[in-house]
Amino acid sequence: MNAAVAGKEASLGEAVADEPTAANSVTLGILVPGLPHPLLCPEKNEGWQRVRDGFATAREQIAASGADLLVVYSTMWPSILGHQFQANPTPEWTHVDDDFHYLGSIPYKFRIDAKFAELAVTKAKARGLHARTVAYHGFPIDTGTVVALKLLNPDNELPATIVSSNIYANRTETTVLGKALRDAVEEQGRTVAAVVVSTLSNRLVTEPMEPADDHIHSLKDDEWNRKFLEYLEKGRLEDLSQLSRQFHDEARVPKVVAFKPFWWWAAFMGQANLYSGTVHAYEPIWGTGSAVVSLEPAGESTGDLEYDEDDPEFYSGDREVLDLHDAPSMGSLPGGNED
Amino acid sequence: MAKGEIVMGALAPHPPHLVYAENPSQNEPVSEGGWEELRWGYERLRKSLADKEFDVIIIHTPHWQTYVGTHFLGVPHFKNLSVDPIFPNLFRYNYDLTVDVELSRSIHDHAAKTGLHVQMMENPDFRIDYGTITSCHLVRPDWDLPIVCISSNRSRNYFSVEVMQANMVKLGQATREAIEASGKRALLLSSNSLSHRHFTEEPEVPEDMSQEHITNHHQYLWDMKMIELMCSGKTREMIDIMPDFTEQTVAETDAGSLTWLMSALDFPEYQGEIHAYGTVIGTGNAIIGWDPASA
Repeated sequence: MNAAVAGKEASLGEAVADEPTAANSVTLGILVPGLPHPLLCPEKNEGWQRVRDGFATAREQIAASGADLLVVYSTMWPSILGHQFQANPTPEWTHVDDDFHYLGSIPYKFRIDAKFAELAVTKAKARGLHARTVAYHGFPIDTGTVVALKLLNPDNELPATIVSSNIYANRTETTVLGKALRDAVEEQGRTVAAVVVSTLSNRLVTEPMEPADDHIHSLKDDEWNRKFLEYLEKGRLEDLSQLSRQFHDEARVPKVVAFKPFWWWAAFMGQANLYSGTVHAYEPIWGTGSAVVSLEPAGESTGDLEYDEDDPEFYSGDREVLDLHDAPSMGSLPGGNED
Repeated sequence: MAKGEIVMGALAPHPPHLVYAENPSQNEPVSEGGWEELRWGYERLRKSLADKEFDVIIIHTPHWQTYVGTHFLGVPHFKNLSVDPIFPNLFRYNYDLTVDVELSRSIHDHAAKTGLHVQMMENPDFRIDYGTITSCHLVRPDWDLPIVCISSNRSRNYFSVEVMQANMVKLGQATREAIEASGKRALLLSSNSLSHRHFTEEPEVPEDMSQEHITNHHQYLWDMKMIELMCSGKTREMIDIMPDFTEQTVAETDAGSLTWLMSALDFPEYQGEIHAYGTVIGTGNAIIGWDPASA
């Protein structure tokens, strides 16, 4: 073993628990879009109002989940120097969107768990990532995060941590980032709702438009969005993670190197398909595919999915794929079948 | 009324590191210096402007990114704190600036006539992007002139560099026509780097110049090619190879600023005067001035 590998293993040993950990430390996942219309002018379009209502339902789910922390990954907060974590305990500002400034200003004051952010940085570094906190008055929190926290956590009932999306990061780095955050959650014994701020298809209508005329930019975008939503309803988060590159090619304007949120989300929630998904809303917002979706850990796999129909956190040995009586839906076979 | 004119156009990149290194009173972080080559280049650019009289600075900025058309500042006065989202440890700048709303609207109107989608930004709470502040500070640290600030429409992301350039050529022409109609004398700034692949880690001391160099040789060669064309008056050829340059070096020319500037100057065949080339966290930056009086 070379020194670098030895160092990495020693470092990871401090960061990752030796024993299998509770699979449900992240008890809820929420996907929300980051455009400001559901916050600032839902009344101008019935679909924007339905997205706003979806936020309200997701907020109720968060309250019922027992979460004591919101971890927000925003695709609208780009970083270059590794991964940045917001650590100003009470960021306060009046935000205006670069494109949709005419919709109005958004005053905000959030409650940030700075200690968790510090721990997340430690865990990220232990996994080889470059990471740091940012805690500066006036730091520009992105539109997506502002919208998400204003609608999901309007009274700051829960503290939040916000993590950036590195523009150069690809799959491995983003997956490791999700795992690092999970390390931090488990060390603090937190119960967390993971909030991903991202549209599905991201192609905006690039011309002035009456709100009533809003539509998904293309049929192709719409079909890919619906395929993703079908998977989300089945709870197949890890499968969607695996499809991210395809989705990036098919339904995303390539502003960055890759479509990263599902990599992060899957890694943070446990790299499994063991979820129960609910699509609360799917509507166009200025051409984009904007959905509010929740994922909750499912008690039992349906057994017909991919490699991870078993527990992905603790290996229980080889699975005899021909022993159909092991499949949940088959029940047990009568005895005396030794022959 | 006399016909307005462009007194100079300049490529004026906006790494916030340069403001940080200057330690102006408006910026909160304090440095030990750094990036002198580029800062001395800005000093030479300022000297070249010393005997020029102008009324307004017009800047096209990559860090006000808009997707629904091109936007223009439409509020006469802005005063606030700008914090760089990427380098907040280096740039937290208290700005106080005025806008020539009349000229801004005139460029907007001329651009609209060419078929471009345009919009005035009239929200007084809007925060000015750090690119605009950095370039303007380094060119005119006294902030004694109004500015016109033009957003970067990201048509490159949606279509291609070619489509972006076609739009920016129109915008540059509209800018020149509006200036001429205004009777004003204007300095134009293209606020962008050339090659734009960053390092993803920062030295413990950000201004540690022993750590500063171009990200890779390939970027350096491309930057030199572009500079050679700009400084030999071959700006149309430079625009022609812009799509390849932009793709190959992740160049910040994707914002359209440089194409807009070349069009506004009507693709100068006279030499651009290079004041400096240097790198900032791995990106390539050139400071170049085009003086129409030298044509």
